[in-house]
Amino acid sequence: MAAPIKYHGYKLKGRAVIGLFQYIKYFNTSNKFSCHKRTLCTTMRLYDRDMYWNDKSVANESKFEKILIANRGEIACRVIKTCKRLGIKTVAVHSEVDSLALHTRMADEAICIGPAQTSESYLRMDKILNAVKESGAQAVHPGYGFLSENTEFAAKLDEIGVAFIGPNSKAIKAMGDKIESKRIATKAQVNMIPGFDGVVEDAEHCVKLSNQIGYPVMIKASAGGGGKGMRIAHNDNEARTSFRLSQQEAKSSFGDDRMLVEKYIVCPRHIEIQVLCDKHGNSLWLNERECSIQRRNQKVIEEAPSTFLDPQTRKAMGEQACRLALAVGYDSAGTVEFLVDKNKNFYFLEMNTRLQVEHPITEMITGVDIVHQMLRVAKNHKLLHEQKDIPVDGWAIECRVYAEDPYKSFGMPSIGRLSRYVEPTHLKNTRCDSGIMEGSDISIYYDPMICKLVTYGRDRTAAMDNMIQALDSYVIKGVTHNIPLLRDILTEERFVKGDISTNYLPEVFPDGFKGKVLSVKESQELTALACAIYLKDQQRCRAFQNQKRIPNVSSSINSWSLNVIINKARINAHASKLPDGYKIVINSDVYEIKGNLSFTSPLMEVCLNGDQRLLQVHNRLGGGKYDLRYHGTVYPVKVMDDLAFNLSQYMLEKKVLDTSAMVLAPMPGLLKSVSVKAGDMVAENQEVCVLEAMKMQNSLVSLKVAKVKKVLFKSGDTVNEGDVIVELE
Amino acid sequence: MARLVHRSRTILRILRCHGLLQRTLSCPIQAFASQQQHVKQSTMASVALTLDVKRRIEEIRQQALLGGGEKRIEAQHKKGKLTARERIHLLVDEESFIEYDMFLEHDCSDFGMEKQKYPGDSVVTGRGLINGRTVFIFSQDFTVFGGSLSGAHAKKICKIMDQAMLVGAPVIGLNDSGGARIQEGVESLAGYADIFQRNVESSGVIPQISMIMGPCAGGAVYSPALTDFTFMVKDTSYLFITGPDVVKSVTNEDVTQEELGGAKTHTSVSGVAHRAFENDVDALMNLREFFNYLPLSNVDEAPIRDCDDPWDRIVPGLDTVVPLESSAAYDMLDVITGIIDEQEFFEIMPTYAKNIIVGFARMNGRTVGIVGNQPKVAAGCLDINASVKAARFVRFCDAFNIPIITFVDVPGFLPGTNQEFGGIIRHGAKLLYAFAEATVPKITIITRKAYGGAYDVMSSKHLKGDINYAWPTAEVAVMGAKGAVSIIFRGSKNQHENEVEYIEKFANPFPAAVRGFVDDIIEPRTTRMRINRDLGMLASKTRTNPWKKHANIPL
Repeated sequence: MAAPIKYHGYKLKGRAVIGLFQYIKYFNTSNKFSCHKRTLCTTMRLYDRDMYWNDKSVANESKFEKILIANRGEIACRVIKTCKRLGIKTVAVHSEVDSLALHTRMADEAICIGPAQTSESYLRMDKILNAVKESGAQAVHPGYGFLSENTEFAAKLDEIGVAFIGPNSKAIKAMGDKIESKRIATKAQVNMIPGFDGVVEDAEHCVKLSNQIGYPVMIKASAGGGGKGMRIAHNDNEARTSFRLSQQEAKSSFGDDRMLVEKYIVCPRHIEIQVLCDKHGNSLWLNERECSIQRRNQKVIEEAPSTFLDPQTRKAMGEQACRLALAVGYDSAGTVEFLVDKNKNFYFLEMNTRLQVEHPITEMITGVDIVHQMLRVAKNHKLLHEQKDIPVDGWAIECRVYAEDPYKSFGMPSIGRLSRYVEPTHLKNTRCDSGIMEGSDISIYYDPMICKLVTYGRDRTAAMDNMIQALDSYVIKGVTHNIPLLRDILTEERFVKGDISTNYLPEVFPDGFKGKVLSVKESQELTALACAIYLKDQQRCRAFQNQKRIPNVSSSINSWSLNVIINKARINAHASKLPDGYKIVINSDVYEIKGNLSFTSPLMEVCLNGDQRLLQVHNRLGGGKYDLRYHGTVYPVKVMDDLAFNLSQYMLEKKVLDTSAMVLAPMPGLLKSVSVKAGDMVAENQEVCVLEAMKMQNSLVSLKVAKVKKVLFKSGDTVNEGDVIVELE
Repeated sequence: MARLVHRSRTILRILRCHGLLQRTLSCPIQAFASQQQHVKQSTMASVALTLDVKRRIEEIRQQALLGGGEKRIEAQHKKGKLTARERIHLLVDEESFIEYDMFLEHDCSDFGMEKQKYPGDSVVTGRGLINGRTVFIFSQDFTVFGGSLSGAHAKKICKIMDQAMLVGAPVIGLNDSGGARIQEGVESLAGYADIFQRNVESSGVIPQISMIMGPCAGGAVYSPALTDFTFMVKDTSYLFITGPDVVKSVTNEDVTQEELGGAKTHTSVSGVAHRAFENDVDALMNLREFFNYLPLSNVDEAPIRDCDDPWDRIVPGLDTVVPLESSAAYDMLDVITGIIDEQEFFEIMPTYAKNIIVGFARMNGRTVGIVGNQPKVAAGCLDINASVKAARFVRFCDAFNIPIITFVDVPGFLPGTNQEFGGIIRHGAKLLYAFAEATVPKITIITRKAYGGAYDVMSSKHLKGDINYAWPTAEVAVMGAKGAVSIIFRGSKNQHENEVEYIEKFANPFPAAVRGFVDDIIEPRTTRMRINRDLGMLASKTRTNPWKKHANIPL
């Protein structure tokens, strides 16, 4: 049932308050339909055992009675799930637009802390502290992001006697500051990357330092994380621009514009070690996570363990990670990130003093509930595991399913409402950590992550097979998402071999991701499936139940010659009706398609020559046109009979709009600045405006040398994807 | 005399060949022939003649099939357009087309026209089946005299229109005509008027659909305008009273054909056309699908088709579709596509007056008409264009027994001099009139705002709505809080408190519910199930308006 909602510290406009109250009241009192069908407690099983088979605690040990989760989305839901399992009451805080969000509904109590902007809600310490007091929560779990690494927040909680479920302030402070953390790590004899030991003063200083270190260099925000405020420069020019953009980003994202510069290691792997420490000087390393598949320094696919590490390297990294943790007096779950070069040399990158996004894969292979252990440690309990109790058991892969367009630089944020949304939780060994449901909005205010899709297997192949099936079964409509890319990576040769680095995406897709390239066999299969769908559609068109005046001439046609157009190529197919399906002949290959060809759910599980195939009818556009999702990618498919095909050859190609003469918004966002006005001359690749979307600054450039004809938006305006911002002559 | 007999026999044979000759007709002619026994005829000659006629029939048929000839067909194809016959064959089920009047020719003898004759003249007419259901079709042939309308052309169209009325089946016109046959003068104008008269008589009896697939100018435009739906093909079709040249000479305006009367203009600015399609093939394929939504005539029920979508499907996403902030926009299409069968919605006028959505969908297989305010555009208010757009749609549904489902989120009528001077009173009244007059099942769901007169208009209980629901987010009130408070508490200093009081009282579904103006307050996720249950019950609804010659809608 939904939780009662309290309003605190934020004055809503009259209508909104009352309307909301009535709405919520209604939700509480209404009948059976209002309880959502999601499982609230984790009941997932891996093969024949509990997901957290290796979780340890002392029976009847003391625990928090009520905790507040100072976060939203999937991580808030994740924490609530463990709390429910343990019988701990939960309090959610939420912004106004999140009033009916999943985390708000799942928690026992929910408190509204302000409008949508994170700076007015989830980042407002005062409001969250008030919520803590009001709800009487004994501890606060900060999740990741937001206030999770904010020492002031931790300190303020301490003042009012509320536990912060995370490391102590000193450790956060030491590790959160990249300069400070380097000093400590060096002292703790952790392997380091060459770089400048201090804050970069300005762009020119940055250029000077970069020359000293030697290009390429990495310029990043001292307070940064998650790829924000982080750029690579190969020359003086790039160093200057990157410094400027990153500094701006750092300022708007973290309110701290101190910058660092260091040597950029080419083609490294990003491998991190999960550590777990208590307040009694015990530390554990929970193996590594391979996070090399990244785009723009943000992780896309993670797996545990890494195919690259041997037990010795793993142990060496684990021990260094623990050494660092102990050196800063760490006392919670944390992650030590390393870059690993081709020769298995590893360098300390940074330590994340929080629960990481990708923690589930570690949980899957170790059987430990990391959130539970964080709660225990925060309650001053000792860790009950010893290092030998931490196994590498099986293989886990996590795909970050994002609301973004993978065809644009491997992922440009998109927004929208999830009009159809079905998670593949019916599959075995599949875990969906998400904070949304059908009907949820992916807004510009928050992270565009839809779900962390995690699969488990006895070995890597099994985990990958499970992931492929999970991705194919995942129904998402209403927003553009990156499943096509994820699905393609899963079967890509280099990934399958485990030959990856942080440069994986640009190396494998040098021209950007263009969708899966179908083999001849695959495109024949897709053709056959398209024919079956078309015929089913056509036959149903005739299936009137109440049209009495239909002439009594039954159609005796039982075989068809069809033409299927996929990617502009035409494939001819001969189809005939079987008692329980269709037989499609392409060239001389026969495809028998049977099974559930129903349009109710976009997902069709059909049987093709006896094998299961997963196909999604993403869109039915009428006139034999369909968007079919097959092997992750959505293919526009057109099915025509011979007459329509022959006649369509006379149809003229539509003129394509010339987009070189305009600067289009590649994604929805806020215009930070527009640097040209009508009449200006612009050079090719000259920056014309800066678009801020999802907290990233994107520089938009002109595609040719031209005179500016018209500027249609001004700085401060919000633009939608595809909006023309500047017109050129 | 010999010639006469010869001629009568020839006629006889031609008629026989066509199977058009009936026994009753043949007898007197034969009797007449037998009286002329004294005329000698060799058997040989007679056989030759018969064979010759057969050959000629075949020849004429072949000629008719080629329309204006291969050269003109090629020119038509070059423009990305199909020929009249190709269009028909794409539109109807395989082998189902039965052509009428293939031999009919124009009878103009002025300006040397007697030397230029094409069998069938500039239009192909007949009947066929679309997914097994009868439809009458005329398809203008641009390759013959530019598809211009002659007396003969009009006669052919009138013939199928008459028969369509006789049996109760829809008429589809595929328009591609340069206009009147100028050589025929007033004959051509008479032809137009004959068609107009039939368009009007058929209106509300059988569905009439126009697909504009080429030029359609001058008086010709009024036939599509009289039909129920006008569709266009992008880039190749035009509709205007006078072309760019005349416009230039009269008003000195420079305008291209496309700007003046192209698909974009008529689907987004003038509201003349209901929808546009990419090209001929796309248009005809879509027309087939559109046809499936319609009953054949006003005495047929709305079609019910097999449906895979469970009638009682719960739609959890609807619970969160209406934003909590009452001034925030949302997309009413999300509501509509969530509720209807398989998300399949055939929207009518999707790019015109976007503040209201109308279109066809199915509920548990049965065709329904959907009307919904669109909060995403102009807050979903009613203005002149939206009222007219929806009114016409509602009247079509009512005429053809299609139940109407209305989704209401309307802050009121759009204020302003533009609207008042444009006659919003008169035009707004059309929608009110249409809903009040409609006797088909009417189900209404108030998703959020239902303010003022617009509340009454949008298929309210008071206009004999059969089932009216409110979602928990509904606010049925005379106006928004601010305006109301400034009147009720004129001069009060506690504006804010008063507003809160007003909101508490009125900005919710209770005032309407306690008075029975809504039948229930329902959870959004259950909407589909409830509508389907109600439609089942309302299937046997019978209501008739008082007898009248015809009503007098405020035009």
